[in-house]
Amino acid sequence: MLKINQLKASVVGTPILKGLDLHIRPGEVHAIMGPNGSGKSTLASVLAGREEYEVSEGSVDFDGHDLLDMDATERARSGLFLAFQYPVEIPGVSNINFMRAALNGKREHAGLDPIAAKDFLNLVKEKASLVELDGRLRDRSVNEGFSGGEKKRNEIFQMAMLEPKLAVLDETDSGLDIDALRIVAHGVNSMRSPERSFLVITHYQRLLDYIVPDFVHVLVDGKIVRTGGKELALELEERGYDWIKEGVVS
Amino acid sequence: MAYDGKDKVLEEVTAKAYEFGFTTDIESDKAPPGLSEDIIRFISDKKNEPEWLLKWRLDAFAVWQKMEEPEWPHLNYTQPDYQAISYYSAPKQKKVLGSLDEVDPELLRTMEKLGISLEEQKRLSGVAVDFVMDSVSVATSFKAKLGELGIIFCSLSEAVQEHPELVKKYLGSIVPTKDNFFAALNSAVFTDGSFCYIPKGVRCPMELSTYFRINESGTGQFERTLVIADKGSYVSYLEGCTAPQRDENQLHAAVVELIALDESEIKYSTVQNWYPGDAEGKGGIYNFVTKRGICHERSKISWTQVETGSAVTWKYPSCILKGDHSIGEFYSVAVTNNCQQADTGTKMIHLGRNTHSTIISKGISSGRSQNSYRGLVQIMPSAENARNFSQCDSLLMTDTSGAHTFPYIEVKNPSAKVEHEATTSKIGEDQIFYCLQRGIDAEQAISLIVNGYAKDVLNQLPMEFAVEARKLLAISLEGSVG
Repeated sequence: MLKINQLKASVVGTPILKGLDLHIRPGEVHAIMGPNGSGKSTLASVLAGREEYEVSEGSVDFDGHDLLDMDATERARSGLFLAFQYPVEIPGVSNINFMRAALNGKREHAGLDPIAAKDFLNLVKEKASLVELDGRLRDRSVNEGFSGGEKKRNEIFQMAMLEPKLAVLDETDSGLDIDALRIVAHGVNSMRSPERSFLVITHYQRLLDYIVPDFVHVLVDGKIVRTGGKELALELEERGYDWIKEGVVS
Repeated sequence: MAYDGKDKVLEEVTAKAYEFGFTTDIESDKAPPGLSEDIIRFISDKKNEPEWLLKWRLDAFAVWQKMEEPEWPHLNYTQPDYQAISYYSAPKQKKVLGSLDEVDPELLRTMEKLGISLEEQKRLSGVAVDFVMDSVSVATSFKAKLGELGIIFCSLSEAVQEHPELVKKYLGSIVPTKDNFFAALNSAVFTDGSFCYIPKGVRCPMELSTYFRINESGTGQFERTLVIADKGSYVSYLEGCTAPQRDENQLHAAVVELIALDESEIKYSTVQNWYPGDAEGKGGIYNFVTKRGICHERSKISWTQVETGSAVTWKYPSCILKGDHSIGEFYSVAVTNNCQQADTGTKMIHLGRNTHSTIISKGISSGRSQNSYRGLVQIMPSAENARNFSQCDSLLMTDTSGAHTFPYIEVKNPSAKVEHEATTSKIGEDQIFYCLQRGIDAEQAISLIVNGYAKDVLNQLPMEFAVEARKLLAISLEGSVG
């Protein structure tokens, strides 16, 4: 699904990713953990195609295509979804219209006609119930006036609507109370399938109690320095990142 | 008496000059360049106008000659040479083209994007259309229906001939000839425009539009519109259309006057899409418009405008809230791109008690353009319990464009409540990226964001107009970001 080879990237001249390797097969859930400033969110932005991030070296293969060769829209339409750490507000644009534009963009890419209004509304209803997003939030402007938890639930709702091949969740747990965390995790878990892969970026182990990963990677200073099973997350929770960092230095 | 005699002599002298000075031109359909009393007499004569109207024009001209072109707007342009303009040419038959193949492809591309039907495209670009499809016949049947209700909707010239009492009573009553430089100029030389009268208690069953009339004669450079809503009546009036309009005249100075008598309502919507000039700021229309309405007791005037065209726009649709409990509204979206300049806004003059006004202005600047909001909220001593709410937002698409706000508030009655909110923001890279990441392309992303931003204003437009206006906003901003 995703093969990252020796990826190096910088933002405004400052190198952040310094030779990152990652291989995600279909159906797998990978978690990336790491201290602040290690490059976790940069990885998410680079994968999604944010222009401010400059890739200097390495390659990224996404489902048989050269990801770095596609623009952000193409990546999204090809099935890459990023759940934002800070979902953006778009005043005056209803959530529903926004999703219709997104879904039809994807359909156009696949050579399909725009979705019929009735089918679309049924789909919205089905997917919204997954994350308990009520009608009021669906009709409101995109993320405007949403609470932190509502914004994150909206991200998962959008993910469910777009049914991506690979979903990157960038610190989706930040700012969530325990109830919202459970709802979000439920949404993600119900979307797990043998074809769909997840890359879960998080600072804390807590989220991984709910979304259980197949692999946990530790990112330090732009490189993955350790990979393990889900128990690695627990160890990190207990011991912090310092012992790993020290291991890297020595 | 002595003075009368003197006047008579004067009149004779001037008439003589006209008689001889214009013997050759009077036969032609186009006046020579330049503005003088003779030219005004020529125009008035061509239109077979009554004596009072000619005098009114001449008075306006006398006033205009003493006036200076305003320099206070935040605009930078070369003042037109008023003596180089020809002030009259008979309604020209538009050059009829054989097929759409002969039309400027860029124009067609834009119209296609706006979703204008093929037949409509032909009509707007002057291609000969099937007789059955000709909207003139449609217009005629509409006219019959309006006639049954006693609604008068015709050209201003026609109204001067057919309904002189109404024209004489109201023409210049809201925008006096001496109001400003451009209004005075228009008063002196206006060639035509629309006239509309809705009788007492009648609710006009359809949106009245200048659309049809454009087809019949072509809009004038100095257009003049007069709308009168009698007691308890209602009318919604649409001006302009979203299709790009080219005109060889660089200067446009229109005047619109609205009269809302007791308990009536006038909704006036405009989409202005005159040629804005090229990307380097060459060419384009100078649009200097005076629009004002008066509200009598418990009446309401609502201005809605979508301004995307013209190289220079100078326009402040205003309301005089004279009657108690009257309401004035102004909803505006002004888009400037490339080298366009707009200085637009409104004036709300509160005279009556319990008068309310609302101002929602959304400016969008792109390219190297300059976009200014200029508004006045004036609460006079007589306006007990007056209220105003103003919201002026500016959206910048580029680092090189400018957004400016000049709000003036004058309160002379302590019971007034006046609120003003203003924001200036730059279109968010984050917002665009969020859309891109969801699979929405850059062009559509900008369209979504801008339309969302202008939603409060676009919602005020009649349905069909709103759909086209939304597309127009996106087209006007093409290539702004990315």
